Amino acid sequence: MDFDSVLRNGLQAAVGVDAIVFALAAIGLNVHFGYAGLLNFGQAAFVLVGAYGIGIGVVYLGLPLGVALLLGLAGSIVLALLLGIPTLRLRADYLAIVTIAAAEILRLVARANSFRDVSGGSDGLSGFAGSYFALNPFPPGDYGFGYLTFDERGFYNIVVGWSLVAISVLAVFLWMRSPWGRVLKAIREDEDAVRSLGKNVFSYKMQALIIGGVIGCLAGFVYSLSRSSVQPDNYGTAFTFFAYTVLLLGGAARVFGPVLGAMIFWLVISLTDTLLRQGVNNDIIPSYILNGTQVGQVRFMLVGLALMLLMIYRPQGIFGDRRELMLDAR
Amino acid sequence: MPRTLRALLLAVALAATLLPTSVAVGAVTQATPAPSAEESTSGGEVLNVRLRGEDRAPVEGVTVIVTSEGEEIGRTESDAEGVASFDVPAPGPYTVEVDVTTLPPELEGQSLAQNPRDTQVDPGTPRNLNLLFSSDPGGERRTSSGWSTIPQLFVSGLRFGLLIALAALGLSMIFGTTGLTNFAHGEFVTVGAVLTYVFNNLLELPFIVAGLLAIALTAAFGWANDAGLWKPLRRRGAGLIAMMIVSIGFGILARYVVAFFFGTETFQYREYAIQAGIQFGPVSLKPADAIGMGIAVVVLILAGLALLYTRIGKATRAVADNPALAAASGIDVDRVIRVVWMVGGGMAGLAGVLLGINQGVSWNLGQVLLLLIFAAVTLGGLGTAFGAVIGALIVGILIDVSTARIELGGITLGIPTELKYVGALVVLIIILLFRPQGILGRRVRVG
Repeated sequence: MDFDSVLRNGLQAAVGVDAIVFALAAIGLNVHFGYAGLLNFGQAAFVLVGAYGIGIGVVYLGLPLGVALLLGLAGSIVLALLLGIPTLRLRADYLAIVTIAAAEILRLVARANSFRDVSGGSDGLSGFAGSYFALNPFPPGDYGFGYLTFDERGFYNIVVGWSLVAISVLAVFLWMRSPWGRVLKAIREDEDAVRSLGKNVFSYKMQALIIGGVIGCLAGFVYSLSRSSVQPDNYGTAFTFFAYTVLLLGGAARVFGPVLGAMIFWLVISLTDTLLRQGVNNDIIPSYILNGTQVGQVRFMLVGLALMLLMIYRPQGIFGDRRELMLDAR
Repeated sequence: MPRTLRALLLAVALAATLLPTSVAVGAVTQATPAPSAEESTSGGEVLNVRLRGEDRAPVEGVTVIVTSEGEEIGRTESDAEGVASFDVPAPGPYTVEVDVTTLPPELEGQSLAQNPRDTQVDPGTPRNLNLLFSSDPGGERRTSSGWSTIPQLFVSGLRFGLLIALAALGLSMIFGTTGLTNFAHGEFVTVGAVLTYVFNNLLELPFIVAGLLAIALTAAFGWANDAGLWKPLRRRGAGLIAMMIVSIGFGILARYVVAFFFGTETFQYREYAIQAGIQFGPVSLKPADAIGMGIAVVVLILAGLALLYTRIGKATRAVADNPALAAASGIDVDRVIRVVWMVGGGMAGLAGVLLGINQGVSWNLGQVLLLLIFAAVTLGGLGTAFGAVIGALIVGILIDVSTARIELGGITLGIPTELKYVGALVVLIIILLFRPQGILGRRVRVG
């Protein structure tokens, strides 16, 4: 067993692109679910719109990267409006079903062979990140220290990604301590009370849906640019539920909850993954107990179990405050 | 006789241990050679490339090369089934290239739409990449066209709708009695199909016996769901949203436990998987499908009659209407909920048994169906039993009939088969816009 590489992989995953993507997706979900109490089960759709906004904008429409970014942002706002108008006046579980359905619709359309010219079918799109990497200010070489050493591209991705996370966290912090944020939290606690005070509940919820969706769209930017490709099947329902696990792990309705949740989540996933893979490869774990394909399935079992146990025993997550989040539907 | 008895006992024992931990089932599954795709024995992931010609026949003896970032990972010739299987070291992007100089002479004039082609290997599931040779690789494929296909599509849609209805009725009654939107309901469908496969193929029981055993065990699984998870949670006074998220976690866990022990390929039952269709007027139907539809109709009618006229059925409707009042008038609410979980689980299991005949048995059979079940239940009205059935039939028929290609005034209507589920989901969203309570639901003002 090579514990050195186990530790290296784990620490790199905790600050790497995956952690950044899920931190951003979960910050968006935190605005939806943690602060506004909106049960959005389609966060993958907002991430997909961000990723494909860039992909389709650059590859199919031939736009410069900056315009394609705006296209992605506009797409996520439109999606939030489309989802919100029919469902925000209804009970919480309707929003859940509609958002999960919308996310699957977008994924199925994106991977459809009929639209292969535009979205690249099940292979997705690639080759649109050239101008992003051309902006890399770091000359070739190794950056970082100890285990956390990256090449110039990896380091560039991480700097850009964590900057976006920092901006989003700061924005959420400022919004939530403003009067607007207090109304939002009040809506989560008791919609009718807020309505009786003369606030337009629908409008507040819609604004929250848009803000969370735009932050989710940023996750799509980081995801697609860092890999310089988009693959439709990365944006399935599993993505949304991973993001929920990240959010609930760190603590919903806490500004830093999603960030810490994402780091811990990917640290644990990477540690178990590498340990099991090494165990299988070095014949420490016999192949009739576990083979290479099954290692990947253990990851999903862990996520499912974590989601259940967190929700049953510690719904406020590691850093959350139980009083903040009673999680009770009407 | 003692031999069949032993097999039966073994089957029950196997099934009883299937969900918590079953090394036994895993061992049995692995001992059976997989039909086409090889299991990975090294530490990495599996990439299966399947080559087929224009006539859909497998293409043998063609060299396929897999590279990662320009570095060659391996090259293999496709076998008699047209499959070239690779063990790749880790999940990630790979490039698959077909060496066109090794193509057999009968593929003269045919080519691939993309060669080389990029693909993504995800952790945990083998990537099956289908490469089709065609003389017009960029062209569109049409499966059916014209008005004459509508009766056939209607019947296949009706069949699919009946199966959705079997699963949707349980989901709707669970929602009605407990308020829980059960995101793990699709797992009953999967468990029903997987257990039937285990009994039918691995223990070689007749299909009917295998199916009945699977249904009984799925009902028992429903009971275990309630007794082991949901009843304690209700006792703790868990919120509905919290329970919904627990059901998502449970669904993911159950799905990947099945994948872990059962594998991620699609299997066929030993019996009835291949059958010639019988012609009824314009419609061709496999006998197994016709009988399956009959069974579904009978079960749905029986369930409806039971809800209307039996004591437990009336009690169920009373609990769905007002649990507190039902409890106050002497109804044992916990018992009613237990029965609903068992019956709901068993019916979804039956849907899985029947679905497996046509679609094959795979670990994510129920996951694919879950959103359609939701669409059906929402369309009919959340929490209403008969609404769920009507909603399911509409969703099923809509899915299949919408793929008919009809020429109307020079415009071709109809959506591609690969997008047929999208139509149903779009209808779900539109219905919520205009009639959020569903077809049979009561109007409740919220906001």
